[in-house]
Amino acid sequence: MMNIDYSQFLNMIPEVTLMAALMIVFITDLFTAKKPGEARNRNWFNPLVCVLMLAHIFINIWPTEASTAFGGMYMTNGSVGVIKTILAFSVLIVFVQSREWLQREDTNFKEGEFYELVLATLLGMNMMVSANHFLLFFLGLEMASVPMACLVAFDKYRHNSAEAGAKFILTATFSSGVMLYGISFLYAATGTLYFDDVMANISATPLCILGMVFFFSGLGFKISLVPFHFWTADTYQGAPTTVTGYLSVTSKGAAAFALCAILMKVFAPIVEYWQIMLMVVIVLSITIGNLFAIHQKDLKRFMAFSSISQAGYIMLAVVGNSAMSVTALSYYVLIYVVANLAVFSIIAAVEENNGGVVNMNAYNGFYKTNPRLAFLLTLALFSLGGIPPFAGMFSKFFVFMAAANGAQVTTAIGATIYAVVFIALVNTVISLYYYLLIVKAMFISDNENPLPTFKSSYSTKMALAICTLGVVAFGVCSIVYNWIHAASVM
Amino acid sequence: MIPVEFYLVLSTLLFFIGVFGFVTRRNLVAMLISVELILNSVDLNFAVFNRLLFPGQLEGMFFTLFSIGVAAAETAVALAIIINVYRNYRSDQVNSIENMKF
Repeated sequence: MMNIDYSQFLNMIPEVTLMAALMIVFITDLFTAKKPGEARNRNWFNPLVCVLMLAHIFINIWPTEASTAFGGMYMTNGSVGVIKTILAFSVLIVFVQSREWLQREDTNFKEGEFYELVLATLLGMNMMVSANHFLLFFLGLEMASVPMACLVAFDKYRHNSAEAGAKFILTATFSSGVMLYGISFLYAATGTLYFDDVMANISATPLCILGMVFFFSGLGFKISLVPFHFWTADTYQGAPTTVTGYLSVTSKGAAAFALCAILMKVFAPIVEYWQIMLMVVIVLSITIGNLFAIHQKDLKRFMAFSSISQAGYIMLAVVGNSAMSVTALSYYVLIYVVANLAVFSIIAAVEENNGGVVNMNAYNGFYKTNPRLAFLLTLALFSLGGIPPFAGMFSKFFVFMAAANGAQVTTAIGATIYAVVFIALVNTVISLYYYLLIVKAMFISDNENPLPTFKSSYSTKMALAICTLGVVAFGVCSIVYNWIHAASVM
Repeated sequence: MIPVEFYLVLSTLLFFIGVFGFVTRRNLVAMLISVELILNSVDLNFAVFNRLLFPGQLEGMFFTLFSIGVAAAETAVALAIIINVYRNYRSDQVNSIENMKF
């Protein structure tokens, strides 16, 4: 009987603090929860959870040195620490903005459940990004996606939410099945599941390539890259708006980072095979996401297709397969977090105050009645589209740089990479068109009776302030990029 | 001893029956069963590869154990959601839950 060395837990401080936060929230909720209809005031609960998240972020903001634990199953280094901080930051914003929604009569009694489920998914994502073994990776992925299905189906009595939940859990299970099938082939080819050992034993045999393709398709479902994107629009539209925001940034960012790490580490010996495949998928994601987004009338559905195309941009960083890739990807995820969550905060605020309006036509003339919200939404959309002074432009720039880094135009692969970057560049213009459609609706289109003026709650204002600060400052303050870069090369 | 190819044929058949069922079935519970077939084929793969290709270790067996456990958790959540769908729509047919479409 082997004894476990418990000091190994000191190597995984982010998970430990997150677990502590989860337990505190759980126990507090257990003793103070109220029954449906009971009039008990629990205003302090949301601030408590936010403070716990803030403490978690501050404890872990300085990236730790590279280390491993539990026989090499768990691995952490600077870039993993950074992406964990970014994910925790996005969860903090989600918590702040969720307060208004969770004050409602029909959600208030399950406020605690929401926080617990979100923290559980975040713990799963942390496991997933620091996994160094396919078993731990699989467990983290499942831990991130099973509670996520509960979150999507959170509005139990709304038809759309139930439908979205069913679509999400079925595709999530299906995709993990496909991914596991790929992992089983890799196991057959290499006889091990440790990332390092798999890399040492992998070669360009048909079995390995088949395993890689199945594995990639399974994760492609989670990131909603194009041939595997069919669940995205329905799930995003049906889920509660706050959850949609969470789903679109955090779970996508974590899965993209994990896929990037595995492709660049485990599948490094067969890079020429996955590079081509990745490029095809990226071009399809960006183009099809953009083309479908143009026709959408429902704002959440619109953001779903926009997020498919953004997923293409996120993965574009990986094509370069260089040290810059991880930095560019993490930076892109950070900027995407603030811009997208700003948009979703405003959609949620409008929805809460106007009886569930998410139709784009309703935003006609929004500027006349709610000038400040319209302005903030414009900033966020500009950032998503990549207009220069805002952070989105810088993140796109770094992603393009990372993709083209070291590519030689004279070689076939280098020329293809440049072609892909060019297509992505052209698509930025298309995406600008449809982001500006919303801006046009708000500022230019006439409307007899625009949405009435409303006062959003303090929590929404705070979430918007954080997001807007990020959108404006994260681009021009080079310290943010330097922080990520310094941690990644550490 | 039965050679590894025989098991592989079985697990591949299971996998693709599952994929086929997932795509063609119009009933949420039947789709869930199809997904279970896929997961079972994976479990079989891991156990067989471990037993016949790498008999000295247990990694594949452990993966199978964990995969069975996780599949059970997923099925529990999926069934709960399907029951919720049924309560909302009074049906578990895919054709009848089409509030959202392209």
